[in-house]
Amino acid sequence: MVVQQKLNLILLTGRTIDQGVGKESGKGTKLYFESTTICYMDEVDMKAIGLRNNDHILVTSPEGSVVLRAVKHPRGAMPGMIYIPYGPWANSICSTDTTSIGMPSFKGTPVEVKPAPNQPILTLQELLRKEFGR
Amino acid sequence: MSKINSVTCPVCGCLCDDIELTIADGIVAQVKNGCAMCEAKFFSHSNEHRLKTPLIRKDGKLVPTTYTVAVRKSAEILAKANYPILYGWSSTDSEAQRVGVELAEEVGGVLDNTAVVCHGPSILSVQEVGIPTCTLGQIRHRADLLIYWGCNPWSAHPRHLERYTAFTDGRFENSEWMSYLNKVKAAAGRKKIKSLERKGILKHRREREIPTVSDNKPTEILDKKGRKLIVVDVRKSMTAEIADYFLQVKPGKDYELIQGIRALVRDQELDVEEVAGVPVEYLQQLVDAMISCDFGVIFFGMGLTQSPSKFRNIDVAISLIRDLNMRTKFAIMPMRGHFNVTGANTVFTWQSGYPYAVDFSLGYPRYNPGETTVVDVLLRQESDAGLVIASDPVSNFPRKAVEHLVKNPLIVIDPHMNATSLVGDIIIPSSIVGVEKEGTAYRMDHVPLPLKKVVDPPKGVLSDEEILNRILKEVRKIKSNRLEAA
Repeated sequence: MVVQQKLNLILLTGRTIDQGVGKESGKGTKLYFESTTICYMDEVDMKAIGLRNNDHILVTSPEGSVVLRAVKHPRGAMPGMIYIPYGPWANSICSTDTTSIGMPSFKGTPVEVKPAPNQPILTLQELLRKEFGR
Repeated sequence: MSKINSVTCPVCGCLCDDIELTIADGIVAQVKNGCAMCEAKFFSHSNEHRLKTPLIRKDGKLVPTTYTVAVRKSAEILAKANYPILYGWSSTDSEAQRVGVELAEEVGGVLDNTAVVCHGPSILSVQEVGIPTCTLGQIRHRADLLIYWGCNPWSAHPRHLERYTAFTDGRFENSEWMSYLNKVKAAAGRKKIKSLERKGILKHRREREIPTVSDNKPTEILDKKGRKLIVVDVRKSMTAEIADYFLQVKPGKDYELIQGIRALVRDQELDVEEVAGVPVEYLQQLVDAMISCDFGVIFFGMGLTQSPSKFRNIDVAISLIRDLNMRTKFAIMPMRGHFNVTGANTVFTWQSGYPYAVDFSLGYPRYNPGETTVVDVLLRQESDAGLVIASDPVSNFPRKAVEHLVKNPLIVIDPHMNATSLVGDIIIPSSIVGVEKEGTAYRMDHVPLPLKKVVDPPKGVLSDEEILNRILKEVRKIKSNRLEAA
């Protein structure tokens, strides 16, 4: 199988139980960081760009890019999609288009995914400093 | 050590009111009956992420200050601003929300709650086509067909199934918990046999064909007796894993699928092989199950409100319920996220006439989603100050919207340090509603429930309601001084 450099996929953001427990425990907890900096991918898509579980990836949308940890989606197939739990990392690449009703497009943003083996995942403070200078 | 029973959990829209707490040395020592999020919330009152002193930004750094200074500075910012936004409100009590509306009117700001990035589109649809709904008690006792569409209660509302739907014993319908356990045991047994076969301990047998759900094919399970649980989603979530039938829809095609189902419910023929990736013959079996039930319910979540088509998805979902009610009895309910987001919509409506995105800048309430919604105000860079209470928009808004929020003076009222507190200018700690302060919250089916105070807040920490009242008083003082000076 020829390993590709990058893939064009659809971004979905949503809830996971770990993200839920993390947000209730505190946004500064390790659990919140670990549960919101992952990106669930389909096994076939992961193989197509030569990824293994927990490899770092760079996800880029028209809004920006972010480094995350790729994890195989544990149940069933979801080809062509990636799933990132809600959090500042997911929101740095979500589409701002509110389609004139106030709701940004948290699901359905087209993104490009490629391996980023040498790039670190930013902590919450680092991410806020990079994006908002605080 | 003391025990407190029948505590209402202040986490999600389920508002489970059967929590048992053990209090030792003034802190929550044990949580019974709650889910993982409930435990985390009750234990969070004493963890290291708790804010105990007001903070103010000086030379780029947050330094401790007093409530008097924090309240005065906040009031000065709000009184001076031309178009401030007052956002959040969903994780506090209705008593604080009421003061919030008064404050927004006084400062002529935009008042918005977290529904704007959650079930705002559902509200728009309900205003257009109405909503045939009921309380969760009715569903618990009577519903025999439960459909979760674009939502994953296993992760977001962990006890919803156990308290209100498939896994609860109602007066007229029984729990499906045992049948689920048997299914899990059978799956574990099959896995064990396969593993023994691989190791050569057991002779390989020709496997009986086991119906799978991943290929969208309805199994005989749709003909089973008792409650049926169906999940429609773009990926196989944990809830889909435990469902009797999982229908995998292509991303962004929910509108198409619901319209297809509507046509079949109306006995029309579809001239296509498949709709949204689902063969029409499977859809027909699903529609048969819907029509033949005694009382069905569709619960829907962000899968419908946040994907393309947004509020139009809800329009057709509600219209489907209207069609189904011509054949049998059906209801629909949004799965509300924060524990009192329903309360925020209710309080805003009874005070101003509108459930969210209320603009007081002209001196009277205006409501025009797309214009007065907080994300749009921020994207157009129109606001000149912000007050965020009981929410974390820096974590939950798109980056470009947050950029403008952070550019202007930002007041944050929250019990914990979160992403918004980290970038705010004035941070005011508050007591945790439902743990350190009593109050009222509205469950997702609009039933108001009392929240209990189970422990004392840290010394000197005030409630959201008290902080808002003090800011409101200070704003009025500044405005009257200004009038006198003029």
